Amino acid sequence: MRLIKVKSSDGPIVVKETFFQRHFRKEKKLNRSRAGNTLLFVFMALCGVFMAMPLVMMVNNAIKPLDEIFQFPPRIFVRNPTFENFTDLFVSMSETWVPFSRYVFNTVFIMGFSVTGHVLIASMAAYPLAKHKFPGKKLLFTLVILSLMFTWQVTQVPNYVIVSYLGINNTYWALIIPAWGYGLGLYLMKQFMEQIPDSLVESARIDGAGEVRTFWTIIMPNVKPAWLTLAIFQFQTMWANTGYTFIRSEELKPLQAAMNQIAAGGAQRTGQAMAVIFILAAIPITFFLICQSSILETMTTSGMKE
Amino acid sequence: MVTPKKAQDKPSLGSVMAKNKISYLMMAPYFLVFATFTMLPVVASMFISLTYFNMLEMPQWIGWSNYLKLLLEDDIFMISLKNTLLFAVITGPISYILCLLFAWIINEFKGKMRAFLTLIFYAPSISGQAFFVWNIILTGDRYGYLNAFLMDNDFIQEPILWMKTAKYIMPVLIVVQLWLSLGTGFLAFIAGLQTIDKSLYEAAAIDGIKNRWQELWYVTLPAMKPQLMFGAVMQITASFAIADISLQLAGNPSVGYAGATVVTHLQDYGTIRFEMGYSSAIATVLFLMMVGTNKLVQRLLRKVGD
Repeated sequence: MRLIKVKSSDGPIVVKETFFQRHFRKEKKLNRSRAGNTLLFVFMALCGVFMAMPLVMMVNNAIKPLDEIFQFPPRIFVRNPTFENFTDLFVSMSETWVPFSRYVFNTVFIMGFSVTGHVLIASMAAYPLAKHKFPGKKLLFTLVILSLMFTWQVTQVPNYVIVSYLGINNTYWALIIPAWGYGLGLYLMKQFMEQIPDSLVESARIDGAGEVRTFWTIIMPNVKPAWLTLAIFQFQTMWANTGYTFIRSEELKPLQAAMNQIAAGGAQRTGQAMAVIFILAAIPITFFLICQSSILETMTTSGMKE
Repeated sequence: MVTPKKAQDKPSLGSVMAKNKISYLMMAPYFLVFATFTMLPVVASMFISLTYFNMLEMPQWIGWSNYLKLLLEDDIFMISLKNTLLFAVITGPISYILCLLFAWIINEFKGKMRAFLTLIFYAPSISGQAFFVWNIILTGDRYGYLNAFLMDNDFIQEPILWMKTAKYIMPVLIVVQLWLSLGTGFLAFIAGLQTIDKSLYEAAAIDGIKNRWQELWYVTLPAMKPQLMFGAVMQITASFAIADISLQLAGNPSVGYAGATVVTHLQDYGTIRFEMGYSSAIATVLFLMMVGTNKLVQRLLRKVGD
C-alpha cells in the first residue's frame, strides 16, 4: 500500500491509494519520452512484419490449393484453404519404398539418444567445472569456449575420416555420438550451475553425501531449466541435420531427409513441398514456444566473464 | 600438535590430481567425445592440409603446396574469400546490432507480448528449410512475389532474375541471412537485459542520465558486457559459416560465383571432389579466420563502457 497525494478542496492531502489505483497505476518509467517510444515501436512493427512475412507466406502456401499456388498475380493470403497438400503428402509417405514408420523410428531413436546422452554427460562434466577446484580446469573450459568460435564445417573432413575409422559410418551412432560433445551445451550448463550457492553443495558434503550423490540429488534438480535448454538446442541442431554425409542406407535415414526427398519431387509436388516446409519449421518452433521461459532463464547466465 | 614441515610444502601435481580423481572421472565421458570429434579434427585438419589425400589411398606428404595453390592459383577461392569477408563484415556487425536493438526494444514489453515478439524474431533462425520460402519470393519470372509487387507498382517494367544476376545475388543473400540470424545471441541479450538491477537505472537518473540512449550507453551496455561477449561469438562464428542459403537460393556454382563462400568452396572439394587435403587447407584458413576475428572482437568489447 502506498501513500499518494490527491487534490481536495482544502489543497493537496495525503491518502492511502485505493485497490483500483494500486492495480492500474501507470508505472512511471525513467527516461522514456513519448516520441522515443513511438519511434521505436513503429520501427519494431516494420521489422516485425519483415520477419514474420516469409513465415506467414509459408503457412498460407501450405494450405493453398495447387491452382492458387500457381496463380498470377501471386497472392500472399489463401482464398480457399484446404488440407489437400497434407493429405497428398501422407499418401506419398505411405508409398515410400521404406515404410514411413521406419523414418519416424529413426528420428526418434537418433533424437532420443543424442539429446539424453548430451544432457547427461554435459551436466556431469559441467558440475566439476563449475564447483570444484583442480588443475587443468581453466584449460578445459578455455577449449570449450574456443569450440564456440568455429563451426562444424571446419572439422567435417577429419570427422568423416574419424567416424569411418571408428567403424560407425552409416549407422545411427555416426550422428549420435559426435552430438554428445556439443560445446554450447556444456558452456551453458556450466555457467548455469555456477549460480547455485556453494553453501548448498557444502551442506550436502557435511551430511556425508559423495560427489556423485551431491550431483544427482542437489545439483541436477536445481538446473532443470538448463536441461530443457540443452535438450531444445540439441534438438534444433539435429533437426536441421539431415545426415546425408554419414547415413547412406535408405532405411536408416531420419524423417527430415525422407520428407526433403518427397519435396524434391518436381513441380507436381509443389503443394506437398509446401506442406513439408511447414511441418519441418513448425516442430522446432512449437518446442521453443513451450520451453521459452526455461530457455531465457538459462540464457541469463550465458555471459562470458573473462 | 606440530605439523610436519613436509606437509606444508606445495603438494605435487600428481597427488593433487589424485585427490580430485572424482572430478576427472565425472568429466571423462564428455571430454572424451569432445576431444575425439572437436579437438582432434582441428589438429587432424591442419595435418591433412599438408598432404594429398583422397580417402582411398594413404595420404601423401606434399608440404605447403595445397596452401600455395589455394592462395596463388585458385581464383574461385579468392572470390569465395572476398564474398565471405563481405558477408562477415556486413552481416556480422549488422546482425549483432539488430539482435541488441530488438532485444532492447522487446525488453520494454511485458508478459505475453514480450513472449510473442521474442518468438516472431527468433523463429526464422530455427525454422529449418523455411528459407525456401525466399525461393518463391525471389522467383525470377512474374510469378515471384517480389517481381509481381515491384511490377504492379511500376518500379520495374521487366521481371528481374534475382538469383541469376551476379550483381543481385550478394545483396539478396545478405538480406536473407539477416532475416535468419537472430539466434542464440539474441536470446542471450533478451535474458541479459532482464537481469540488470533496476536500482542501477534509478541511481543513474539521479546522477543526471537524461534519456534512454544515454541510459543504454552508460548503464545497460556495461551491465550486460558478459552477454555482449557471448553474443558476439555466436554472431561472428555464424557470419563466417554462411553456405546453406547460398547453395539453396543461388545454387552451386552460382552465376559468376557471386554466391560462392569459403564454406561452399570447402564442401565442393571435400564432399564432391574428395580432395580431402585441399579442402582441409581451406578448413584451416577458415578456422584461423573465425577464431582470429573472435579473439579480436573480444578484445574490443572489453572496452565497452570503460
